[in-house]
Amino acid sequence: MNAFVEPATMPGSGVTKGEVLLSVANVSLAFGGVKAITDISFDIRKGEIRAIIGPNGAGKTSMLNVINGFYHPQEGTITWRGKARRKMKPYEAASQGIARTFQNVALFKGMTTLDNIMTGRGLAMKKNFLWQCLHWGPALKEEIVHRHRVEEIIDFLEIQAIRKTPVGRLPYGLQKRVELARALAMEPELLLLDEPMAGMNLEEKEDMSRFILDVNQQFGTTIALIEHDMGVVMDLSDRVVVLDYGRKIADGIPEEVQKNQDVIDAYLGVPHEE
Amino acid sequence: MLYREAGQFKTTYDADQAIFPIAQDRWAVIAFAAIAFLVVPFFVNDYWTNAVLLPLLIYGLAALGLNILVGYCGQISLGTGGFMAVGAFASYKLMTSFPELNIAIVVLLSGGATALVGVMFGLPSLRIKGFYLAVATLAAQFFLVWLFNKVGWFYNYSATGQISVPERSIFGLVVTGPTAAPWVKYLFCLSFLALFGLIAKNVVRGRIGRNWMAIRDMDIAAELIGVRPLQTKLSAFAFSSFYVGMAGSLLFTIYLGAIEVTEVFGINVSFLVLFMVIIGGLGSILGSFLGATFLVLMPIFLKNFMVDGLGLLPVLAKHVEILLMGLLIMGFLIVEPHGLARMWQILKEKFRLWPFPY
Repeated sequence: MNAFVEPATMPGSGVTKGEVLLSVANVSLAFGGVKAITDISFDIRKGEIRAIIGPNGAGKTSMLNVINGFYHPQEGTITWRGKARRKMKPYEAASQGIARTFQNVALFKGMTTLDNIMTGRGLAMKKNFLWQCLHWGPALKEEIVHRHRVEEIIDFLEIQAIRKTPVGRLPYGLQKRVELARALAMEPELLLLDEPMAGMNLEEKEDMSRFILDVNQQFGTTIALIEHDMGVVMDLSDRVVVLDYGRKIADGIPEEVQKNQDVIDAYLGVPHEE
Repeated sequence: MLYREAGQFKTTYDADQAIFPIAQDRWAVIAFAAIAFLVVPFFVNDYWTNAVLLPLLIYGLAALGLNILVGYCGQISLGTGGFMAVGAFASYKLMTSFPELNIAIVVLLSGGATALVGVMFGLPSLRIKGFYLAVATLAAQFFLVWLFNKVGWFYNYSATGQISVPERSIFGLVVTGPTAAPWVKYLFCLSFLALFGLIAKNVVRGRIGRNWMAIRDMDIAAELIGVRPLQTKLSAFAFSSFYVGMAGSLLFTIYLGAIEVTEVFGINVSFLVLFMVIIGGLGSILGSFLGATFLVLMPIFLKNFMVDGLGLLPVLAKHVEILLMGLLIMGFLIVEPHGLARMWQILKEKFRLWPFPY
């Protein structure tokens, strides 16, 4: 993934495949009296696809928000690449290699697909304001180097045709894909996907699943994913953590989780109802 | 038929990212600039410069600055009049304190001073958004005008509270004061507008411009992909105020020559520039110019038409003009809420297909 430019953070620095990349220990998060997350611990290993599932309101999205620094848990520690992390701002998490897509598409509607993805390269672009004013020399060169990287991602996700289209005009499925492209442009070490397939038809789901697997395999990106489509989750993920009412009720490989009685009771329903 | 891009192949990303990727556009703009710089100066007289061209260029610059803040970064500001006053008074203090200083440098430094003030009033933008921010910047408008009216140091304790520009020249040509030739004033302002128009375009199509637009469109997502909200918003305030300050400086030094702050930089100027931006098109460099053109030229056109063409009394014509301007603004915004720039874009798209319907 880093063929052209040095990314903002070196992917994989210090953590090899299979080791723990991020671990969450005894994290609790409350909004006033409402407990969103209670004493949750789990880990994400480098190179895996980790699913977080649970019924609505179980605290999945809150969990992602904690991981990328948007919420600050009252208790517990988050360890990122072996170092306990302090309270941090979302843009700091971004600069450390955590990228994210959103449940409801959060693209920059007024900008073209290309500009949206180029914004994702912003952290890696260093030329200062004066060069930007001239848009010439080093600034232009930098712009074009990053344009090459962005074009690779555009090719990878097969969105060449909509390059210059303002994203507000695109259909929902493509918007989701552009959002993935924007996250990929950051060359993240950990990619958080919040319901990447919500509201898609079968064909779009198949495409998206394929892209997620490709990202994981070709780029070695670690992926944490929230999804409600159980078929997709069980097929894609290496390990699954199940939340219910802000607590962790199961954690393990998909087959184990599927058989776990708590999970069945809480979420999947009893077998004959499926 | 004429406006076709068939046969123009772009083989590099550089060519693809040019400001005018289509050759016809490029040539049209070069021709326009050549006429503005090389032909118009020979024909301008006092009336044309003072009534039409100078306000057009100066308000164009102010609208451009405000468009960067409102249109590109999504931070609404009603303090434009106040910031223009900062530019004007900074020029006055610089010119009276350092008589040796070149006028072009005075204008640039005035912009710089305004940028600092703009950043100060931009600080609340991290916490408050939308209408609430508008009210906060409105405070800037009233505070700054009050300050320049109240504190004698700013107008060198003159009895009237008025400031008037000393004579300055550039390249041996007098450019400020009553003896300046119209074409010199025109070219001076035009050079500033052209240069800083180009710079603005460069900034908004690069990393910084994209960060501004990201904050405008979805600030939470922008933050999660690594855009620092405070830095980005303040840079937009600084950049925008720099332009607005230069416009204020030019308005005082070149155009009016002598001003009284409460008359020239009142709240109505803030609204005028904001209307230019909205009518011209938010988030469009061209739109800023179109909006300024519309709001500067339309009243003149209406007045001439009604007084000379229809023989109305000038006082009546003035009232009807205000009425008609209001109606025109509403009409335009109903027809195309995205402003004149979008209309122009649609026209171009139509023209590309012409004479075929599809």
